[in-house]
Amino acid sequence: MAYVAVKGGERAIGNAHAWLAETRRGDAAVPELEVAQIGQQLGLAVDRVMAEGSCYDRDLAALAIKQSKGDLIEAAFLLRAYRTTLPRFGYAEPLDTAAMLIRRRVSATYKDLPGGQVLGPTFDYTHRLLDFALAAAGEAPLPAPEAEAEDAVAPRVTELLSREGLMRREEDASEEPADLTRQPLSFPAARATRLQNLARGDEGFLLGLGYSTQRGYGNAHPFVGEIRQGSVSVFLMPPELGFEIEIGEIDVTECQMVNQFKGSRTEPPQFTRGYGLVLGHGERKAMSMALVDRALMADELGEDRTAPAQDEEFVLLHSDNVEATGFVEHLKLPHYVDFQSELEVVRLMRATVAANAEPEQVEP
Amino acid sequence: MSEELQARQRWMAVLAKASSDAIRARLNAAPALPAHTRLRGPETGLVMLRGRAGGDGNAFNLSEMTVTRCAVTLESGTVGHAYVAGRDRDQAELAAVLDAALQDEATRAPLLEAVIEPLAAAQAEARATEARKAAATRVQFFTMANMR
Repeated sequence: MAYVAVKGGERAIGNAHAWLAETRRGDAAVPELEVAQIGQQLGLAVDRVMAEGSCYDRDLAALAIKQSKGDLIEAAFLLRAYRTTLPRFGYAEPLDTAAMLIRRRVSATYKDLPGGQVLGPTFDYTHRLLDFALAAAGEAPLPAPEAEAEDAVAPRVTELLSREGLMRREEDASEEPADLTRQPLSFPAARATRLQNLARGDEGFLLGLGYSTQRGYGNAHPFVGEIRQGSVSVFLMPPELGFEIEIGEIDVTECQMVNQFKGSRTEPPQFTRGYGLVLGHGERKAMSMALVDRALMADELGEDRTAPAQDEEFVLLHSDNVEATGFVEHLKLPHYVDFQSELEVVRLMRATVAANAEPEQVEP
Repeated sequence: MSEELQARQRWMAVLAKASSDAIRARLNAAPALPAHTRLRGPETGLVMLRGRAGGDGNAFNLSEMTVTRCAVTLESGTVGHAYVAGRDRDQAELAAVLDAALQDEATRAPLLEAVIEPLAAAQAEARATEARKAAATRVQFFTMANMR
């Protein structure tokens, strides 16, 4: 790709950015949005920016949303850029989602299960009618109702099936997983690499791919074994201490998608699982991720790879919206020299066609 | 694991989940903290979070998170450490000083009583409230037979 160095435009750029700042603020008669308000009242946007920016920090994500005027991909880009300025302290211990403080936990495969169906603060079952009461600022709503909490454990649905031998168990080889922030993507990609890629992938892209598997591009018959949402503790073992410490809690959403598997020469028919794990409250993304994760297991399970969602190069190389936006949006940068050469080529081709055509016309 | 170590892990966890404002509010009612020297930080960096495939399989890298750490030493030579989620430098430094002071037999009991226990109680109550709100949204299924 050839770019030409051009001088000039500094004043135009400066003025454009000044206008951007003015439009970001909007009508000065309307109170300015505080970062804390974004964090508190646009929490799902913050969650999405953290997930796709691949950096858990609510305040930074809220600031990025304010700076980007609510363009969430631009905000994810800002967060990705910020993280490159910080040193890496180490790798946390894997999150124990079984020990989650559960705010929501639903299963579409079992009605009655230990721990129960907990709806949590969901949009499900709302009527999707615009609530004009919200247009007028009013009193804060009353605190949500409370009920006696049983000290019940909520075992994973997949574990219930695994105990019966009906669910393929996950292996834990205690291998050090590859890290996409350190090693570039290569193929074939390990499951750990695929999951890291999907976890920070664009929600819209994964939603479309997940949907395609349901509509017949990939032959999936998925059930939501379980969705759980809540807080998990983060543990780290700093080398200077030599023991594990809890450094905080984060909110995550996990989805276990149960899929049928015909079986192979070495394995009997059973269920397999697609897995989704997303920062914050990203239920749609976690479900999409689980569908795509399962579709990408086609090779390992000896299934035919026929659909886009099963093609790991197609999926993994196009899932990242920061990369995608960079390449798509670079097209608007000056390509004057590139285009000049294209112009020359097209003019030459036209001249050649015209020259070749002329003699034919004079022939009788 | 020794009781000593478990006690230290507990107070480090409580401090990691308390804001600097919350810690300072508790320090008002506590004996003054000993003088300290910074060994490292407070400095903000990243920790890579990990999940497990299927929840219980091979580990994978999930996303980074911001973390602030600090190490301090007291005049007694005791070293205190802190690693706390987020970017609150004040919290990390206070947590490191408290970690050192809590390792000292002489200052442990009053600091546990004035700082750690009230913070732990507030955190436990916040969790319990969340759990009770979740319990209120638990579906109580009934069948038509039960409605007769």
